[in-house]
Formats: sequence, C-alpha cells, structure tokens
Amino acid sequence: MHTKTIAQLSAALRSGEISSVELTTLFLARIKQHNPALNCYISITEAQALEAAATADRRLKEGDATPLTGIPIAHKDIFCTEGVKTTCGSKMLDNFIAPYESTCTAKFAAAGAVMLGKSNMDEFAMGSSNETSYYGAVKNPWDQGRVPGGSSGGSVAAVAARLAPAATGTDTGGSIRQPAALCGLTGLKPTYGRVSRYGMIAFASSLDQAGPVTYSAEDAALLMNVMAGFDERDSTSVEREVPDYTAELTNSIEGLKIGLPKEYFDGGLDDSIARVIESAIQAYEALGAVVKEISLPNTALAVPTYYVVAPAECSTNLSRFDGVRFGHRCDDPKDLFDLYTRSRGEGFGAEVKRRIMIGTYVLSAGYYDAYYLKAQKIRRLISEDFRAAFETVDVIMGPTAPSTAFKLGEKADDPVTMYLSDIYTIAVNMAGLPAASIPAGFVDGLPVGLQVIGNYFEESRLLNVAHQYQQATDWHLQVPAEFQ
Amino acid sequence: MEWEVVIGLEIHAQLATRSKIFSGASTAYGAAPNTQACAVDLGLPGVLPVLNREAVRMAVKFGLAIDAQITPRSVFARKNYFYPDLPKGYQISQFELPVVGVGQLEIQVEGKAPRVIGVTRAHLEEDAGKSLHEDFHGSTGIDLNRAGTPLLEIVSEPDLRSAKEAVAYMKKVHSLVQYLEICDGNMQEGSFRCDANVSVRPMGQAALGTRSEIKNLNSFRFVERAINIEVERQIDLIEGGGKVVQETRLYDSDKDETRSMRSKEEAFDYRYFPDPDLLPLEIDEAYIEAVRQSLPELPDARKGRFIAELGLGEYEAGVLTASRELADYFEEAVKVAGDDARRTANWVMGDLLGALNRVGKEIAESPVSAELLGGMLRRINDNTISGKIAKQVFECMWNGEGDADTIIEQKGLKQVTDSGAIEKIIDEIIASNPGQVEQYRAGKEKLFGFFVGQVMKATQGKANPAQVNELLKQKLAG
Repeated sequence: MHTKTIAQLSAALRSGEISSVELTTLFLARIKQHNPALNCYISITEAQALEAAATADRRLKEGDATPLTGIPIAHKDIFCTEGVKTTCGSKMLDNFIAPYESTCTAKFAAAGAVMLGKSNMDEFAMGSSNETSYYGAVKNPWDQGRVPGGSSGGSVAAVAARLAPAATGTDTGGSIRQPAALCGLTGLKPTYGRVSRYGMIAFASSLDQAGPVTYSAEDAALLMNVMAGFDERDSTSVEREVPDYTAELTNSIEGLKIGLPKEYFDGGLDDSIARVIESAIQAYEALGAVVKEISLPNTALAVPTYYVVAPAECSTNLSRFDGVRFGHRCDDPKDLFDLYTRSRGEGFGAEVKRRIMIGTYVLSAGYYDAYYLKAQKIRRLISEDFRAAFETVDVIMGPTAPSTAFKLGEKADDPVTMYLSDIYTIAVNMAGLPAASIPAGFVDGLPVGLQVIGNYFEESRLLNVAHQYQQATDWHLQVPAEFQ
Repeated sequence: MEWEVVIGLEIHAQLATRSKIFSGASTAYGAAPNTQACAVDLGLPGVLPVLNREAVRMAVKFGLAIDAQITPRSVFARKNYFYPDLPKGYQISQFELPVVGVGQLEIQVEGKAPRVIGVTRAHLEEDAGKSLHEDFHGSTGIDLNRAGTPLLEIVSEPDLRSAKEAVAYMKKVHSLVQYLEICDGNMQEGSFRCDANVSVRPMGQAALGTRSEIKNLNSFRFVERAINIEVERQIDLIEGGGKVVQETRLYDSDKDETRSMRSKEEAFDYRYFPDPDLLPLEIDEAYIEAVRQSLPELPDARKGRFIAELGLGEYEAGVLTASRELADYFEEAVKVAGDDARRTANWVMGDLLGALNRVGKEIAESPVSAELLGGMLRRINDNTISGKIAKQVFECMWNGEGDADTIIEQKGLKQVTDSGAIEKIIDEIIASNPGQVEQYRAGKEKLFGFFVGQVMKATQGKANPAQVNELLKQKLAG
C-alpha cells in the first residue's frame, strides 16, 4: 500500500479497501521505523493525524470527499501550522508554536488531507543539501551516505522512502526540483504567484514559491488542484482562474516543440548525466516531440545574480527574528544591543548568517547601485532570454542538477561549489517561470532528474509533458531497495 | 549680522482609515495594549502585507488638494532598522517613488502678505508601535496597537522663513487634512505631528546652512518654541565661532530646550529597497478623476466664497474657514438666521468662540448649536429682540434653557416696537426731567445718551433702539 500513488490511494479509500486511519497508521509506523535513520521529519503530529484521518473517514463515508480526503501528507516545516511547532529548520524557531495557519496548509486541511508531520529542511530554506538544518542532515534514501538535496530535503526524502505519499516543498532557487532530482521524484515549482505565500516563512520573497513533491505527474496535478489559486492575503499571488490540472494529462504531445539550451549542456555537466538526459530527450522524440537547440545567453549570470537578490531580500526578511516577540532569546540580556546580537548570533546558523551579511552589504549605501540594482537589471535580461526562447519552443528541457547526490559533508564547507548545484534551476526562479523535475534514469544507482521549464502559468502543459513521459517509462516508480 | 531662518517641515498625518495600512486590524485609539495587533502587525513569520485601498484614496485626495502630481506608478520600500517597537525590523514606506509628487499651498501670517510654500512630496507609510519605559522595572513594555497605522508623511520644501510661518503652514495642512476628512487632526493622541528641519544663514547668502532636525513636535506651540530656541542656539553657536553640526535633536518642553539625539555619523543606513511583498501601486487617470469629483470645497475656495457671496472681510473669512467644523457651523447659522452674514460672523467669532474659549471647548462641543444661534440671530434680524437683549438670550441658550423663541417668550424679552407706546414713555421722561431737557436744548448733546438710558430702563431694555433714537431726537428738538 505504501508504494501506491495518490491516485491509487484515493481510489482505495473510496472503495473502502482501506480507511484513512489505517493508511495514516501505516505511514506513522513507517516513519517510526525509518525516521531515526533518515531524519526527514522534525515534528511528527501523530495525534492530530489520527484525528484528521478519522474525520476524513467520515467524509469519505458521507460522500463529501475530495481526491485528497484521507491522503496522508508531509508539510515542509516552512509552513506555519496552527498549534504545531514550526521551526523553518532553525534553532531560532525551536520554541515557535505557530498561532495561525498558512494558506497552503489550510487548503490541504480543508481538502481533507492528513498531515503526518513537518519535514526537515535547510535552515530558512538556505542550502542545497539539507545539511544546514539545526535538526541535523537528512539522508538520501538511495544512499544514506549521501545528501537528499535541499532545501526541501526532508519532504523529498520522506516521499522517496515512502514515509509519506506526497509532500509540500518550497523552491527559491531549486529547492523542490534539485532534491526531487537527487531522490528520483517528481517535483514542481509553479509560476511565481500561482500558490499563496501567506504563512510560508519568507526566505527571498520575490523568488519563493510552494509546490508539490510526488511520485508522479498525475499526483502533482492532484496536489496543484488544492494548492493553486489567488489569496487576498498575498499581494503577489495572481488573480487568475485555476484550471483542473489533471484535465490535460492525457493529451498527446505529438508535435511538442522542445528547446534544449546549449548553455545547459556545456563543460560543467557530468557526462553520465548528459547521457541520461539525452536518452530522455530521445524518448520524447519517440513520443512525437520535435527538438531544437536554443540559447539562453545569460545563463552563467544566474547564480551570481541570485546570490545578490536572494540574500538582499533574506537579510531584511529575517530582521523580525530579534528575540523580542517570539523565537530564540538569549539568556539574561544586558541591554537591547546585547539582546539583539546574542539572540541572533545564537539562533542563526552559519549559512544564514553568511547570507544576511551578504544581503546587508549589497543593500548598503554606496553599494546598492553596483550590486542590488545591477542584479535587478540582469534579472530582467534573464527573463528576456526565456521570453525569446518561448517564441519558438513550447517547453525547455535539460538537466535539473549538474551531478547526482553528493556525499554528506562533501560540499558543506565550500559554499560556492554548493551554490553551483543550483546552476540549472536558479534562472527559472529569477524569471518566475514554472518548472518540473522528473525522474529520467540512474547513474551508479543514483537518480537523475530531467528539468522541464514551461511558459508562465503553463503548469498544465508541464504536467502533461511529464505524464506522457511517465506513461512510457517507469523511472518515477522506482523505490530504494530498503523502502520497498 | 542679520540672519535668515530656513525651515522645512515633515508632517506625519495619521490617516483616518478604519483598519491598518497593511492589515485588517482596527486603528481605534486607546484600546488595551496589544489587543489591536494581528499576526501581520506582530510581524509573525510568514505574514504578508496587503495595501489598504482607502489609505491610497486619502493620499490621492491630499495630493489633488495641493495641486500635486499623482505618481502613476509608486513603489513601497522597506526602511530597515532595528527597534523593539518595529516588529518586522523594517518599516514599509515609500522612498524613490512617493504616491504624491510636487505640490504647493498658500499660507498667511497675520499682518503679512500671503506666501506660497512648496510641498516636495507626500508618501504613505506605516507607523511603528510604542515603547513604554515606565512601570516595567528596568525593562521596556511594547504596545503594538499603533504598529501598522497608516501615515501620510508630507514633506515641505525649505521655504519657511520663521517659526510663525512654520506654524501657519502646519495649521494650514492641519485644516486641509480635516477638510478632506483624511485625518482627525488630534494632536494629543499623536494623529498629527511633525519634524522640523532648521538652519540659519547670513541674509542674502544663497547656500543653505547646516541643518538640525527636531523630532516629534506634537503641538503648534511646541513647533514655534522649539524652532525659536533652535534658531537662537544656532546663531549663538555660529556667532561664538562654532559650527552647527548636522544632527537629530529632541525638544524637551519641560526644560524648553533642544538637545542632541544622534549625529550624522551615527545616522542609520536604512538600506531602502523596493518591498518584494507588495506590487507597485498603479493609479490611473480615471481613478484620479473620480477622487477629484469627491473632493469637498477646500478652505481657500470657501474663504473666497465667504468674501464674495456673504460679504465677509478677508480676516473674518480666514478665521471662519480655518477649520471645516467652524465653517460648517457658521454656514448653518447663516442659513437659519436668514440674513446679515456679517452679524452672524461677529457673533460666532465674538460671543460664541469667546464663550467656548473660556470653558476650553471645541466648536463641536458647543452647547449652543448652529441652529440655536441662527434662530436667535433671526430674531435680531426681524427686530423681535435687540442686540443687547440677544446677549441675555445667548446666555440662557448656553445654560440650556431652550431655543431663542422659548426664552424670549418665557422671559418677556420681546422688543417694544409700538411707536405709540414708546412715544408715551418718552413724553413722561421729558416731563419728569425738565432740567436735562433744557441743558440738552442749550447744546449739551451728550445728554442724549441719558435720555436713551432712561427709556431703556423704563422698558427693561426692550424698546427698539433705532425707534427710540429717532423718536427722542424728534421730541427733544421740541
């Protein structure tokens, strides 16, 4: 039962083959068994989960069920969940019980989904390996000596090890897609503004976007049907009709125009990964797609630009963690300055401090024009690259990450190398486009992800393109041996 | 040396919206601490601001009232600094692109020619909370009820040349925001306050002197005092061979002095940048036009109308239009009185404001309503009572004894206009005062007043004075 997709579980719940309480109990048992090794959950909300499952069973019986009613789910610990500890992977919020519910998790609760717990993550979503978490590193279920990717590493590892049938993640520079690629799952970052950010603890406000982590594109569509939509509490969410994301899954992709950016296949890419991506592209050609080389000339500028914009925004987003109203407060502050410096010094980890300092620097008088303003200009150039590309192609494909999962500790002390793990994903956030990572094969027993980038609000097309590939392949159904 | 004073004001007007600028929490004043601070105001992790459209409408109203350009696409920015009553560690304000651009308004200091003062800009921002340092035994209490209250910061050009002009300008803006119904103008509660940038330079010098900024002045009196003291301090400093340093100063009203708060070197780097949580604020022509249509008659226009249509003098019209409430009161009273707006103006400015002043009440709290006063004035105009008797009637109305007609009836104050009756009384007085009559007729015309007094005494003041005068002249002429 634990390896079934949501689509299958939903059918089983409706037919009465299994109850939500039974399903939830099954996953809670798996969490108890495997979480000590994998460390993918920070909080396990057993009592609430069983209560929600019982409620879901009543709804199922009364015929008041949605496709997600009774389906267990893990929420990244970046979403505020009322009455539940919400840490964002930081010591700073180790004592923080959220007094309100995020829009995204509220929508899942309203649909009847059952929250199993809060998943581990890089501290404040800053990281690509899930090693910056105050709660310790998460292990990759495919090789527990390796990282799951980050920052949504806990969500992705939990789903990969079948400790949850699906999870929510957030993606600021690749934080859904890169771990999905490293753990062999389907991950979708929607168009900026498609999913409400209200109640999602901000890292970089103009880049953050929540999305689903699932086995299949079909499951991702089911989650998107719940998550997407305008929220009057988020001024950057877009007032635009939400389609049924499952409606176009079965459409033919005959004649689909795929663009392959030449910059994504240059020297930086591992040969073995390039071969996996090439065979995926061949599979698409076999499905009737047409392939074309394109150019995204400003690709190389994406990472450096991102590391100006994202730290700038995070440096002020994280100012509210000051030890005054909530979160970590140092013992016996001597005065206000001491309260601020020690509370923040003790509460934040090294990577968060690094980014706050970079961000503070680039916004400072005298440096603003040279860094922040210039980065904003380059950001427009990056968007323009994509705009031009989408005049001639329907989707853009390439690798999600330049390598497979690396070893724990391998890049932990080398921030710049770590930052380059997001070299193919970051530009998408800078432009605000939707993109998915889908399992496309293995190299030495480790999963490889294919990234599919779409035009604004074309999530339905992305899911269709992913689903058609998943009908022809079974990479997305592979389960690590230990968790089968 | 002769010195020229240069002043610019930054006025903070709290906008009279029901809810806060970026959240749905109430803005009502005086609630128990932290009971009007929602998740957004507390700056909890994950919350987001949503702009209050009403605050925008109010800012646009102000912009139109000072003939300013309304920025078609203005931007909210974060002003970053740490302070315990600033929950997010930044204030959402507007920096490079404020909603209201360059405008102007006219001021007049009594006895001087009117002057046009430039307004550099007006921008929307949120207020911070309050830090309470007393009663917490070495700690500080934080009340976030005020956090997120909408403010319009109105920045003047350095066009003001004296403390008196600064006060006149501040009063003008104070009156305008109340006319526009965008601010209650309550200075005690901090709804209307200002910072003053003050510098001096030798008369005739073009370059500006180094300025100091005096923070948080919340009364007209304090503005005038603080500026005068600061000007004196700067001149003394320069004349004593010193230099003014750019700094922020505080005015201490108890000690009547300004003192340094922080120098330019200690000034914060606010690291302004566009707030990524808020989209640029776009305002189109149609919206501006709709707001323009909704503007009330503004003080200057009303003053002009009072002069042209009601025949008031410049000074009276100025006083009566200084506040919208007073002007409304006056117009209502004129309407009821039916005639002679100048008489109404004199009564409002003299007896009414005088009486209110004595008991420290505002026009809105006046025991004599515009309708009551107008009703009384109608009775002067139709000769039912004299101006003198009216003072008595006014006193009774003030004490809550009813309207003028009731009081006149009950106390028998109706004026005697029957000329036969008056003639009879005059004849009696002439008969019983032969000596005075003789002297008067011999040229001692001063005695006329004596006869008027006698008639009034005999009629308990109810005789129509004009009739008395005329008949007396005839009779005394013999």
